[in-house]
Amino acid sequence: MPFACIFVPNFPVEALLRAEPELRTQPLAVLEGKAPLQKVLAVNENARRAGIDPGMTKLQIEACTGLVLRARSLPQEAAAHAALLDCAQSFSPRVEDAACDTIVLDLAGLQPLFGPLPKIALALARRASDLGLKASVAVAGNPDTAALAARGFSGVTVILEGTEAEQLGSLPVEVLFENSTQKSSQLLETFSRWGIRKLRDLAALPDVALSERLGQDGVYLQKLARGITSRTLVPVEPLLVFEEVIELEYPLVLLEPLAFLLGRLLEQLCARLESRALATQELRLCLELDNGGTGVLARPSGAQARQSFQRTLRLPVPLLDSRTFLKLLQLDLKAHPPGAPIVEIHLAAEPVRPRAAQHGLFLPPEPEPEKLELTLARIAGIVGEDKVGSLALLDTHRHEGFRMQRFAPETFSPQRHRGTEEINHKRAMDSSAPEPALSVAGGCLGGDDLVTALRIFRPPVDIAVTMQDGRPAHINYPKNKAMQGEILWAAGPWRSSGDWWEQQGWARDEWDIAVQGETVIALYRLVRDRLYGKWFLEGTYD
Amino acid sequence: MSSLPLVSSAAPGRFIPVAASARSMLVLERLSAIPKLAGVAPAARLYVRPAPQMVSSGVREIDALTGGFPRGCLTEICGPASSGRTSVLLAALGAATRRREVCALVDISDAFNPHSAAAAGVNFEKMLWVRCGTRLQKSGSPQRHRDTEKKNEKIEKPVEQALRVIDLLLQSGGFGLVIIDLGDTPVKMARRVPLASWFRFQRAVEHTATVLFVISQVPCAQTCASLLLKVSGKKLSAVSSQLSAKTPAHAQRLHGLQIQGELLRSRLERKPAGSVTSAFVTKV
Repeated sequence: MPFACIFVPNFPVEALLRAEPELRTQPLAVLEGKAPLQKVLAVNENARRAGIDPGMTKLQIEACTGLVLRARSLPQEAAAHAALLDCAQSFSPRVEDAACDTIVLDLAGLQPLFGPLPKIALALARRASDLGLKASVAVAGNPDTAALAARGFSGVTVILEGTEAEQLGSLPVEVLFENSTQKSSQLLETFSRWGIRKLRDLAALPDVALSERLGQDGVYLQKLARGITSRTLVPVEPLLVFEEVIELEYPLVLLEPLAFLLGRLLEQLCARLESRALATQELRLCLELDNGGTGVLARPSGAQARQSFQRTLRLPVPLLDSRTFLKLLQLDLKAHPPGAPIVEIHLAAEPVRPRAAQHGLFLPPEPEPEKLELTLARIAGIVGEDKVGSLALLDTHRHEGFRMQRFAPETFSPQRHRGTEEINHKRAMDSSAPEPALSVAGGCLGGDDLVTALRIFRPPVDIAVTMQDGRPAHINYPKNKAMQGEILWAAGPWRSSGDWWEQQGWARDEWDIAVQGETVIALYRLVRDRLYGKWFLEGTYD
Repeated sequence: MSSLPLVSSAAPGRFIPVAASARSMLVLERLSAIPKLAGVAPAARLYVRPAPQMVSSGVREIDALTGGFPRGCLTEICGPASSGRTSVLLAALGAATRRREVCALVDISDAFNPHSAAAAGVNFEKMLWVRCGTRLQKSGSPQRHRDTEKKNEKIEKPVEQALRVIDLLLQSGGFGLVIIDLGDTPVKMARRVPLASWFRFQRAVEHTATVLFVISQVPCAQTCASLLLKVSGKKLSAVSSQLSAKTPAHAQRLHGLQIQGELLRSRLERKPAGSVTSAFVTKV
């Protein structure tokens, strides 16, 4: 039964490089500990060549020119580990979380799906690279051998069954010990005294003699060196949490560099979602702000120095396009700036199943959801968020009884359409059924059915009204000559009231009036607010 | 030279190339052999723009008058207040949403009445309503400074907003009907909309299934409008019939508008302006 292991060497460095890939060509050292006792935790290959080794103090390495120093970031390591799990889960459901930098997965039954084992190993390495992690991948007949090979050999390694001892033989014995403990250092010292440098040497030792001197630990290590261990994989079921973090060295003030970082986070998130065949319908952005500066949201002294700024982007349909997300976030942040320098960025996506839509050849055109979302966000930036959308009528007689809501045109479903056709067919068959007011073919209204529209004045036009014999006779509005003059005709009043049981009750008398304008007769709806005794023009019939 | 025409006007306004006779073909071959005329296509082989697809305007009388509204073209309806422009607008909106098309209304003076629209049968789920209005535009940055904040503020007028919004909507594509409501915009301001903008809009909808529909007090889009219709209140029936009557106000009600439509320009039909009119009545 084949197993694969994905191992990320220098994991703390790779986790940081994932967020800042431009540092990959420079010497980089990751520091751990509190200042001034910081020590090097991990270095990349360039730094190693420059003579920097883990365990050195910050003081020792500061003399090295061109060396980039970064503090260890546990949230970024957690995100990188989650990405590694996603990479493995995209191939096999049986995945073991061996260590933060090591994932073992069962490849049984995957060959008909993904091809031969070398191809699977290459695909794993490529997928990890897509997720921003430079990983070593090894495939072997048992999990421990795969893990040893991944730790020992860089790149992609395939160990054929029966050749484990031969292929692992060239590896140094240090590869057997994941973590440096006291016991491991004692064993390494013993091996060193015996002159055993390679796994080949350990594998060649007699079993009984090794057992007498080192006990069961020695036997287990020898089995590892020979590649003949056998154990059951412990699969994990990781939670579907898609969150990426960047801790910034310096506070960020402008939106442009922030967009650059957000773009990178979004690409990583989208790559992770894509590896799981998922999309997202909700993005949550959390910015940790530094209020020690001159930001207007700075807290008074004594309060906590950091404050978080959160924005949630909800989408009407599941999407998976990092460019669209970035533009939407940019527009949202432009409309709602954080108000203080940013020191940390958290971006999370709520995973959902991707949208599956089947478009028909004869269906009416519809805007693409991605484009429509961007367009709506841009329009909201021009006219305001509350001024764009579709509307929903409220169950009230109150004037302006509607609310604005998010515009999300319902997608056309063939079943629904078929249902409508069936209803129409039934209507046609049933002669007793009343004829629909609208003709189905053209959707055309006859002249008699045409509705007289009312154009609303927002805000209403306050006017002075002169009454005569209980009806309005003259209106006066000095600001607009078209809205003043003698009332030629009036109908009303139509009295209505409501919500009297609440604070915002209303009561009004409505009149329909005709006023002689300069050239034409204009029809208005005249309203008298009975609670406040005010007259105003609500709109014009057009 | 042959006296045979290379095109024939079989249908009014639609020029269809006819098959050239053998003699004219010979002439064409000779002409194309002249070095100076190499690469010049004869008129008979020029691309003939196909007639646009027409959709129902939602009003039977207007459909009979114009054949409906052309897709991929700009249609303009102008008329004074209380002339019935908005009633036609709502009818068009209702017809489009009944065809399950996604529509957009750019409401420059924020005058749209949802209750009238509901009565006209508009499906609000298919309608995007953009309400323009005077607004302060700010350029955002994470750190707000009071000094720079004022400098970055810019007052944007509704018409300017509308022009930007229409650009975005037309670029987005996929809308069956995009309506620009300039009905309450003062004539001076409406005429200040640059002709270049109208050309841009017309080019944006060309070769698409979008009907771009404008209502205004006076013609604004000028030559960009493929169809220009003028509506006017023929007479206010409810008013005129009862003006002289001495009935009390509470015994009267507004029955509707009598609207007269006049075709001012149609690139599709090539009918002379004012030659065709139609009248219809609305109800309250």
